[in-house]
Amino acid sequence: MNSPRVRTVFEAADIDRVLTRISHEIIEGAKGAQDLVLLGIQSRGVPLANRIGRRISEFENADVPVGALDITMYRDDLRLRPARALETTALPEVGVDGRIVVLVDDVLFSGRTVRAALDALNELGRPRVVRLAVLIDRGHRELPIRADYVGKNLPTSLQESVRVRLAELDGDDAVTLSSGGQSPRGGPNPGGEVA
Amino acid sequence: MKRHLLSAADLSRADALLVLDTAAQLAQVADRPVKKLPTLRGRTVVNLFFEDSTRTRISFEAAAKRLSADVINFSAKGSSVSKGESLKDTALTLEAMGADAVVVRHGSSGAPHRLASSGWIGGSVVNAGDGTHEHPTQALLDAFTLRENLAGGEGDLTGKKVTIVGDVLHSRVARSNVLLLSTLGADVTLVAPPTLLPIGVETWPCNVSYDLDPVIPESDAVMMLRVQLERMTDSYFPTAREYSRRYGLDNHRMSLLSEQSIVMHPGPMNRGMEITADVADSKRSVIVEQVANGVSVRMAVLYLLLGGNAPAETPIDGPLEGI
Repeated sequence: MNSPRVRTVFEAADIDRVLTRISHEIIEGAKGAQDLVLLGIQSRGVPLANRIGRRISEFENADVPVGALDITMYRDDLRLRPARALETTALPEVGVDGRIVVLVDDVLFSGRTVRAALDALNELGRPRVVRLAVLIDRGHRELPIRADYVGKNLPTSLQESVRVRLAELDGDDAVTLSSGGQSPRGGPNPGGEVA
Repeated sequence: MKRHLLSAADLSRADALLVLDTAAQLAQVADRPVKKLPTLRGRTVVNLFFEDSTRTRISFEAAAKRLSADVINFSAKGSSVSKGESLKDTALTLEAMGADAVVVRHGSSGAPHRLASSGWIGGSVVNAGDGTHEHPTQALLDAFTLRENLAGGEGDLTGKKVTIVGDVLHSRVARSNVLLLSTLGADVTLVAPPTLLPIGVETWPCNVSYDLDPVIPESDAVMMLRVQLERMTDSYFPTAREYSRRYGLDNHRMSLLSEQSIVMHPGPMNRGMEITADVADSKRSVIVEQVANGVSVRMAVLYLLLGGNAPAETPIDGPLEGI
């Protein structure tokens, strides 16, 4: 077995620029910041949602509510592994009813996390519109799901794994691609991976 | 975590914190318009109750239903048990029905252990109170309530002084609480007349006092136990009046408690006996909160035992992180 090679594909400055572009695109799509609610999917979607929220608040001079969504209880692969610890779900006080909700995640892969997030959202209220923003789209979808706002399309093979590092959780900002590692599906979920 | 929850001693500090942290997240579900999670769809939870119970059975039922499990309630009254069916045959029947978890309350200490270790059933066994032995989910909900009120809802209970008063001898609640609260770092004191303390209590991880008044001012929480009249085959104290004068919690004793202290009771209460109605309905009393927390804690236990293909792994240490 060859040891995994790790390659940085995105650096802190790239992440910065991309989040600024996505923020502008969200404002454009929603025609302003009114009625917007950002929901970060645990765990790395949450700091990303916070960063985008800060940018939109700054550009539009309005407070954008930001929340966190833990989708563990809605996963379709719960029975494949031991029970997992839960993380926080925190909805902004305004709720999601009638709002334009933008789900934010780090990597879009099979689409199963987003499916679970849509199920979770369904029980929390009835948004007017739901959009999806991701930092990296690495392809290999297993469900008919696509992102509305994409930081970077990153063509990958199934043997590779994508890891997003964020300063809030990991100390620094970077996106790395490693090859020859363990299969990203079925095996333990590497941080930041959307399985 | 182990596959069964039979005793509070089965839980390491990390396990106990995992249950409490999970319960804290699940408590939010109660505030939602849809109080339901799809997590245990298709799983079957059997409530096997050989003894009467209101809140524990309803609490387990609500917890299982909020997680979308199918619930079968079985009480000994009105079943074949009253025709003389044995625990073994009852268990084999439940196994044939495909029970993923059996929540059992039994008048005999050790019945859940027998169910779990006999190989009669394949699912997880959760002890919902066995004889005078243990009641681990009650201890978990008490720990959760203590943590919410005294420790800001996170971490353990290091240094918190908890006083448990009353019929310790017959109390499975007291035994489970002493084990769990000491695991979580709390400083537990049992207060009871000598006749209502079990033999060997000096080996328990707690202090013992025969006198309530000196202990009250130092307590962060006072947990009053029910005087279990149905288990009183001998006379353990001269009169009910004397018991409530020496060991009951009334307004005067409550006024000696420090500012932040809370009053707890596992229920059902004998108002006027171990606790006066004034105290039970006072602002310090968290008795209703305990019941609400019971559902969250039992959801956490059922989720952690049944939510995956195996019970949740014991976290190494430190704060929890998504796996």
